[in-house]
Amino acid sequence: MENIIKSERLRHLYWRAGFGASPEQWLKEDRPVKKVVEEMLGNKHGFQPLTVVDADQFVRNKTPKKRIAEGGLNRDAIKMRVKENAEHIRDLNVRWVEKMASGEDVLREKMALFWHGHFACRVLNPVAVQHYLNTVRQHALGNFADLLMAVSKEPAMLQFLNNQQNRKNAPNENFAREVMELFTLGRSSGEYTEADIKDAARAFTGWGYNVSGEFIFRQNQHDDGEKTIFGQTGQFKGEDVIRLLLEKKQTANFITGKIYQFLVSEQTNSPEVRSRIKMLAENFYKSDYNIAGLLKSILTADWFYDPKIRGSRIKSPVELVAGMQHTLGLVFEQKQSLIFIQRTLGQVLLYPPNVAGWPGGRNWIDSSSLLFRMKLPDLVLKSGEVTLQPKQDGDVNTELLARRGSDLMHVKLDWNAFESAFSEIKSDQLFEALAACLIPLPLEKTQRELILKTAGKSSSRGERIKNLTIALMALPEYQLC
Amino acid sequence: MMIPSFLKAYELGQMNVGAAGSKILVVIQLSGGNDGLNTVIPFRNDIYYRERPSLAIAREKVLALNDEMGFNPALSPLKELYDEGLVRVINNVGYPNPDRSHFRSMDIWQTASSSDQYLQTGWVGRYMDAACSGAGGCAPHRAVEVDDTLSLSLKGNAVNGLALLNPKKLYNQTRGGMVKELAQTSSSKTPDNLGYLYKTLAETVSSAAYVYDQSAKSVHQTKGTYPAHELGKRLKTVSELIQSDTVTRVYYVSISGFDTHVNQAGQQERLLRQYAEAVKAFMDDMKATNRQDDVLVMTFSEFGRRVKQNASNGTDHGTANNVFLVGGGLSSSGHIYNQPPDLDNLEEGDLKFSVDFRSIYATLLADWLNADAQAILGNKFPKLDLWS
Repeated sequence: MENIIKSERLRHLYWRAGFGASPEQWLKEDRPVKKVVEEMLGNKHGFQPLTVVDADQFVRNKTPKKRIAEGGLNRDAIKMRVKENAEHIRDLNVRWVEKMASGEDVLREKMALFWHGHFACRVLNPVAVQHYLNTVRQHALGNFADLLMAVSKEPAMLQFLNNQQNRKNAPNENFAREVMELFTLGRSSGEYTEADIKDAARAFTGWGYNVSGEFIFRQNQHDDGEKTIFGQTGQFKGEDVIRLLLEKKQTANFITGKIYQFLVSEQTNSPEVRSRIKMLAENFYKSDYNIAGLLKSILTADWFYDPKIRGSRIKSPVELVAGMQHTLGLVFEQKQSLIFIQRTLGQVLLYPPNVAGWPGGRNWIDSSSLLFRMKLPDLVLKSGEVTLQPKQDGDVNTELLARRGSDLMHVKLDWNAFESAFSEIKSDQLFEALAACLIPLPLEKTQRELILKTAGKSSSRGERIKNLTIALMALPEYQLC
Repeated sequence: MMIPSFLKAYELGQMNVGAAGSKILVVIQLSGGNDGLNTVIPFRNDIYYRERPSLAIAREKVLALNDEMGFNPALSPLKELYDEGLVRVINNVGYPNPDRSHFRSMDIWQTASSSDQYLQTGWVGRYMDAACSGAGGCAPHRAVEVDDTLSLSLKGNAVNGLALLNPKKLYNQTRGGMVKELAQTSSSKTPDNLGYLYKTLAETVSSAAYVYDQSAKSVHQTKGTYPAHELGKRLKTVSELIQSDTVTRVYYVSISGFDTHVNQAGQQERLLRQYAEAVKAFMDDMKATNRQDDVLVMTFSEFGRRVKQNASNGTDHGTANNVFLVGGGLSSSGHIYNQPPDLDNLEEGDLKFSVDFRSIYATLLADWLNADAQAILGNKFPKLDLWS
């Protein structure tokens, strides 16, 4: 039991820096958290891209709408193409969630999830989506300067933010605006003016991609006149704007603040927390934007493990479902089940609501989403009947995502393996052990009694573990980490 | 059963409001971008016929509303309502710097933001927030979306609306598992995220019970007859809740499928017919129960479509669109609020807006729901003169 108490820090780390711990991981781990953090940052496996579609498919997947406009596709061919594209993106989504749930390289995937929300992007060409996702994953723990440059040159992002249409004689400011407002400085920072955006947009003219889906600089569309950005004047190009943005300390402040909110707490108003973030941001800036260094400072700080921080964060839908999968070693037999859950709970990976990403926190929770979250263990683990239908967003290209699949979710799950992790726990301590493994807060008396009542009498130890687990996962407390 | 104190406050607060006589707004969302030009057709306009050689609705088929404009023939049930003076058409509704992506433009309509602004709450949600501090109370069921999931429109800062496909289904959900027992423990929780989850749970259980009890003790089934399709069923549920005298002030329903890039005609007609049948059945029902002047239906879509048809007998994403208002005691003169779209004066092939959608919201909030439109919308938008 003492080990369990000691392991609270570990559980916290696994949940915040990853997608939870399996009981095995959690009960057997005896290293101090610092060592575990080092391993998480160590990139033991090396970066593995996720691939569901060949890169040379980019041309073929020129968006169907464009092909229609050109009259180059008939109705059935278009329908087929739309379906194929959506399926590829769905497969990529599922592969990514499965990667999160695998327990490998969890901090990379966790930060990739953060960067996906930060550099939110949503396009229909699966090759572009795949490339964008792998860029975000590759640089997730690397250097923010590299990440910013790489994402800014992603065909998916250039398309999403209309830079393909940003030309010398007809500038489009969308990309330049979002780079400052959402990617680096922040809307309310007061660090840039409309004039800065105008000239930055001119500097980004010519940034685009070719029919093979590669970044290109189109010199003939570039405005090579003088621009004045943040008080500096020169014949700036896109790369110069990125450099000028990185030179501003506000970029480090803004990124550090967002990472703190993602990993630690949304409460950042107290003077203590403000100075904490300021210090982290200064070091981040001095390190030339070394993300791993910043993460190490956060994940090994004493305040990160403060009991007030633990269990204070609402899991996002993807964290919730990937966490259940990882903890239980569970696999969905139908891909559509995973998409259905994401859709119903309001977070479909690779389809963020807009360039600002998912608002997160309490925005995940309303009457219907909370009831569904609490029903989820029953649906997934006891084949409860699915009676909900998420609404369609009206886009013909995403109709596939609103499908429910069958009325029952079929999963593969080895309960024996799950149970065996608890083999050394005495029967009368099983409840405590399971609760400590699954729930980030001490349970109150009412909740304990209710769980025991709900789990009911069990004929065997195995059944008891199963019933307690399902009941614990249905608690509001399980929505937190 | 112990009722947590914050629930008591609003349950008491509700007693003076709601019930028969109060004004109710029903929002119908057409998802996918309904083609406004083939919904209200400018049948004297040569440009319309030139740009849509295979998609234009022939002059003789149009259900004329005046000398220039008429409904798509699939809207004949709506035309009957129009002839009774119950329908108001507002043309050219949109917003500056229109966004042609579905989800972004829908976001803008649902949050009532500018096109370069990202808000996390919806306009109906903020209406509920505002009502929270007043006599209306803070219950989720003040705004009900007839659906399984809740739209951003109905999400507020202090309170979210309630999504339910029907009262019994939601009620049963709150009776399953440990939901009800857990909700009863909410009063002891703190104002952190755990407290927020329990507060939401308690409100859900309470609202579900309220709506279910209310509908059980008064009207089980409306006498009105509704078409059997999904929108028909959902408006029937709205009608039954209205007839149950719930304190709900805003209802929200959506119908999807308007993204007609390919072979538009059949698809759009089918959807428009469903829409018109359902609204006609609903208004007839309101009339029969003497509520037609208390209930106002607003219909919108996230954008209209391009003037020129594409090469696949469909239309691509456009900008300004028409909005319909039905019922609500609108004056019977001047069914068409403003000028038809000006097809001579386009912006890169798209219609220019002349009425900001937030002006419609402002009018409905202030003149219909008696709320502080400026506070809710975050800006002052000129109101439309709808009731004079």
